[in-house]
Amino acid sequence: MTGSGTGLEIRDLSVAFDGVPVLSGVDLTVEPGEVVVLLGPSGCGKSTLLRAVAGLEQPTSGRVSWDGEDLTGVPTHQRGFGLVFQDHALFGHRDVAGNVEFGLRVAGIAAEARAHRVARSLALVGLDGFEGRRVDTLSGGEAQRVALARSLAAAPRLLMLDEPLGSLDRSLRERLTAELGVLLRRLGLAALHVTHDHDEAFALADRIAVLGADRVDRIGNPDEVWDDPGTVHAARCLGHENMVTLDDAGGCALGRLGDGPGTVLLRADRLSVGSPDDGVAAVVAATVRRSGRTVARVVVADLEVRVPVDESMRDLRAGDPVGLVMGHGAVVTLRG
Amino acid sequence: MIRLRAALAAVAVLVPAAFLGVFFLYPVGSILVRGLGADGLDRLIELPGRASFRSVAWFTLWQAVVSTVLTVVVALPGAHLLARRRFRGRSLLRAAATVPFVLPTVVVGGAFLALFERLGLADGPLRLTRTAWAILAAHVFFNVAVVLRTVGTFWEGLDPRAVEQARVLGASPAQAFRWVTWPRLWPAVAAASSIVFLFCFTSFGVVLVLGGPTRATLETEVWRHAVFRGDLASATALALVQLAAVVAMVVVTNRLQRRRAVTQRVVRRALPPRASGRLLAGNLALLGVVLGLPIAVLVERSLTRANVGGFTLDHYGALADRVNLLPVSALGALRNSLVFAVVAAGLAVLVGGLASVVVVHGRRAVARAFDLGMMLPLGASAVTVGFGMLIALDEPPLDFRSSRWLVPVAHALIGVPFVMRIVVPTLRGIDVRLREAAATLGAAPARVRREIDLPIAARALAVGAGFSFAVSLGEFGATSFLPRHPDRLTAPLALFRLLSQPGQALRGQAMALAVVLMLVTAVSVLAIEGWGRRGTVRGDL
Amino acid sequence: MLRFRSVSSSVGLAAVLLTGVLLVGASACGGDAATTAVPLSSGGSGTAEASSTAEAPATTAAPTGPVTLITHDSFWVSEGTLAAFTEATGIEVVHQTAGDTGQMVSSAILTAGDPLGDVMFGVDNTFLQRALDADLFEAYESPALSGVPDELQLDPSHRVTPIDFGDVCVNYWIDRFGDPSDGNASDGRLAAPTSLDDLTDPAYADLLVVQNPETSSPGLAFLLATIAEYGDGWEDYWAALRDNGVVVTAGWEDAYYGEFVSGGGDRPIVVSYASSPPAEVIYADPPVDTPPTGVVTDTCFRQIEFAGILAGTEHRGAAELLVDFLLSPTFQEDIPLNMFVFPALAAAELPQTFVDFVELADDPHVLDPADIEAHRNDWTERWTEIVLR
Repeated sequence: MTGSGTGLEIRDLSVAFDGVPVLSGVDLTVEPGEVVVLLGPSGCGKSTLLRAVAGLEQPTSGRVSWDGEDLTGVPTHQRGFGLVFQDHALFGHRDVAGNVEFGLRVAGIAAEARAHRVARSLALVGLDGFEGRRVDTLSGGEAQRVALARSLAAAPRLLMLDEPLGSLDRSLRERLTAELGVLLRRLGLAALHVTHDHDEAFALADRIAVLGADRVDRIGNPDEVWDDPGTVHAARCLGHENMVTLDDAGGCALGRLGDGPGTVLLRADRLSVGSPDDGVAAVVAATVRRSGRTVARVVVADLEVRVPVDESMRDLRAGDPVGLVMGHGAVVTLRG
Repeated sequence: MIRLRAALAAVAVLVPAAFLGVFFLYPVGSILVRGLGADGLDRLIELPGRASFRSVAWFTLWQAVVSTVLTVVVALPGAHLLARRRFRGRSLLRAAATVPFVLPTVVVGGAFLALFERLGLADGPLRLTRTAWAILAAHVFFNVAVVLRTVGTFWEGLDPRAVEQARVLGASPAQAFRWVTWPRLWPAVAAASSIVFLFCFTSFGVVLVLGGPTRATLETEVWRHAVFRGDLASATALALVQLAAVVAMVVVTNRLQRRRAVTQRVVRRALPPRASGRLLAGNLALLGVVLGLPIAVLVERSLTRANVGGFTLDHYGALADRVNLLPVSALGALRNSLVFAVVAAGLAVLVGGLASVVVVHGRRAVARAFDLGMMLPLGASAVTVGFGMLIALDEPPLDFRSSRWLVPVAHALIGVPFVMRIVVPTLRGIDVRLREAAATLGAAPARVRREIDLPIAARALAVGAGFSFAVSLGEFGATSFLPRHPDRLTAPLALFRLLSQPGQALRGQAMALAVVLMLVTAVSVLAIEGWGRRGTVRGDL
Repeated sequence: MLRFRSVSSSVGLAAVLLTGVLLVGASACGGDAATTAVPLSSGGSGTAEASSTAEAPATTAAPTGPVTLITHDSFWVSEGTLAAFTEATGIEVVHQTAGDTGQMVSSAILTAGDPLGDVMFGVDNTFLQRALDADLFEAYESPALSGVPDELQLDPSHRVTPIDFGDVCVNYWIDRFGDPSDGNASDGRLAAPTSLDDLTDPAYADLLVVQNPETSSPGLAFLLATIAEYGDGWEDYWAALRDNGVVVTAGWEDAYYGEFVSGGGDRPIVVSYASSPPAEVIYADPPVDTPPTGVVTDTCFRQIEFAGILAGTEHRGAAELLVDFLLSPTFQEDIPLNMFVFPALAAAELPQTFVDFVELADDPHVLDPADIEAHRNDWTERWTEIVLR
């Protein structure tokens, strides 16, 4: 499904529910073979955007097109877009095979070819031999894989995934995220993936689009958006934690970080703690271990900053004096 | 969101509309117009001023409300048992509960009288015979199945995790029921209650036989005025009042149901827990008293000779031979009834199924009109429908009044509301994302209906078909008003005929026929539902 | 507010729906009403026009069928009896049943002018006047009437032809009583009642079950019997019956099979038919030689059943032949054991089983059908007030 063409293009798309705008003027493209991850907090309209692309919601204005063809007025079933729902929406009245083969049956594909493709799709998601299982006997992870296999089997030109891993536990989610990434790359499928988990986004995305209140705040490849989130909101969504408000002169407890009032981001990956002699004098407020790495909350006057701690300093305790070192490019100016 | 294709929508709307229009609205409208022309309007205006009318109207309403409440109270524990517990003979219990439905009121009336006698309730301070309580008891007996099965089916589809969640949060079983189950179960209870209410509101035979001569409902009064007094005007006035009350009732319950549509989702589910001995015993004891005792009396009567004693199977043997009161043998009549019931159930499923789709997916105004209109036959008196058909369907292209198929059509009219009351909540309960998922997989709207709605609704359709079948097997009122070839005698009519002459052999045969009718019903309903289950055997809800 | 508005809009919708239907109905049956114009309770006689139409088809060639016979549900004759008519005349008979007598007459009145069939059998003297008032029948004087006793021929203009008759009488369960001829004393048991008066005797307290005359044909017949017997005194009689503990049921079935001893009840006296005792023998189980019930012949009211040619028939000639056939010995002699009533034809032979156990009242109570129709609703209403309130 890579092919030529321009892929998905969303232009100036707006959706309102009962007059309340949910999306206003969203622009977004997904090129063939590209995985775009829509990142945003709950309720920002990510799912609505997917549903509008699928033709399940009527936009109030704007358009969705594929390879330049306007899809306005094309019903859902003729768009050729797959959608994996958050809680999988499996057909309870059909078994696993019955679910996976659905799109093929609807397309009029013969039983034998269907069985073959069902088996292949199930194999892709690691559920070989699950054909005859009843869907209400599946675990959450299995159900989600069946839902994915069901969408894949229909060979969509675009695969949309609406927080497909949201309801799974962390380790399973991380494993499936990795598998999904590999799978999407292998299939070269254009995909639009929605999540609120920045780790998931970075693991999967060719490009990340951060959705603000009702529009795209920032879009770019993972490094670009990480390095320069653009807005406070985007920074927060991407997992940045150290946003510092500056006074009128652009100063704060760490010194003068800007030219005037506003907010700057201190990139945690460019910060470090050293001995009290290095950098700005600070005090450790607490340390937290995350996935084996230690993060220290250090306080400088009224400012608290989270900083990853080198392995050699993991014995830091609250109250220890340290020095906060800002590396090159640690300060990023934000808007809004 | 998902629109019906125009042609499909037209068929879905036109078939039920034409069916209702030709076989109900037009005939009933005709007879009402005729009656109003003959002073009916004056009578209607006089009615509220008449004390006798007010007491009849009050009693009609009172007994219908109390009967409905009692029926729900008696049936809910059983519905829970059927929906949430596993036990041996579960499907048998479901089928057996349908049996009272087909029993002609004459027979049930007799059984209740005999039962009261045996329990010492025929006289004295606890007298039930010829009281309103006897009517209520019989109404519960007839209608328990409606609640047991429609609510039970819906309950089974509810996500049990919500209750589990409530229990985890510290709710007692009663609290969990009150705060979690009931709000979700309510639409199904409302649907079932509205059917029960209409049945009781238009109750005829039970009121006449068990209530004694002083108790009358609007239905019996319509009949008395139209048939016995030849006073069409008064009958029409009463029928209009009855119809107006039914319309009001249906409008209100339809609103209640719409307000609380609940989505059902697929959840991972272990087999339901086994029923504990105490729960099972308690339930079976309750249903045994309500349903079992009257039936047991019937069975006993079919196996004994009155005034002689000792058991005999002779009454059953006699069913195959025609007695000269009947144009065909009792078994022949049973065969007629089965043929009619098959046709009636088929019609009811077709019309009711399409109408349900319109109610759930159609344009709002049309949906509401269907939701109301299709219920009306349940609340219209048999006299009105029967006589209306006689005067309205007399000319081509609607020259049906002497057609033998008018009987199953009349039965189907009563079956359609059953189908709809079971199918509509099920369709409403289908998770909209299932349809969306199907659409994203390339299924056109019509295909979505066929692939998603139909299989999920199949079970409900089968339950509805079983009810329509049972209703048709037992229907007496409307059938008796339609002219027919004597060979086409139905089983309930045959039973009534057998009881119209003295003679212990006739009486024994009538009781045997009643028992066979019950058995045939139970077996048919089991078979129909078994078939419905098989249609979705690859994991039904 | 919102809720209220929605309710009223639904009601409005229902009203529109119903109005539409009523309009359709009105336009559709306007034509019918205009041509037939049958007021339900007008007393006018239709004799003149009926007899004029009667002559019209007589000039045509051999009558053709099929001829449709409408009867109540209780009509039945032996297999082959109606076939005998077809054999003799070449005319096929289509038999249709239309409920009980009340239902049949009511539907015939509703379809007057566009009848469901050609000949209607089964209207009895309690419903006769209503049928005549509605101009249901065309006059036809069958030649076979010469063999029918005059007292059965209630309509002098022959719009209806008597076919059979039977009595509604008080029945009793013989075993519960001593022999009436012995008086009360012989074996210490109460003698069976012999008259209407006996039933108000405190000795017979709480023994009688009757049917509501507003809902049951034998119930009405029994009320008419008391009116024929006591005249204006009937109200007092019923007040006395009530004080004596009479039980009233809605229909015959509930009385006979519910309250009466025969059906397992405990009341030994019931309003039923003169032909009930033979039925008790013929349909006995196990077989018996004599009926377990007896009839109080002084309490009988005579019911006569008539046939008539329905106005508007398209098979007048065939219909006449069918009426003649209903009075033929073939049909008449088939009546007793099928319908448990007596044939109208005096010369018809009665089956022995029937004769053996039927006591026919010598002097049954009778009332003029016009009298019945004129007062019946008043009578039943008074009755309701006296007995049920």
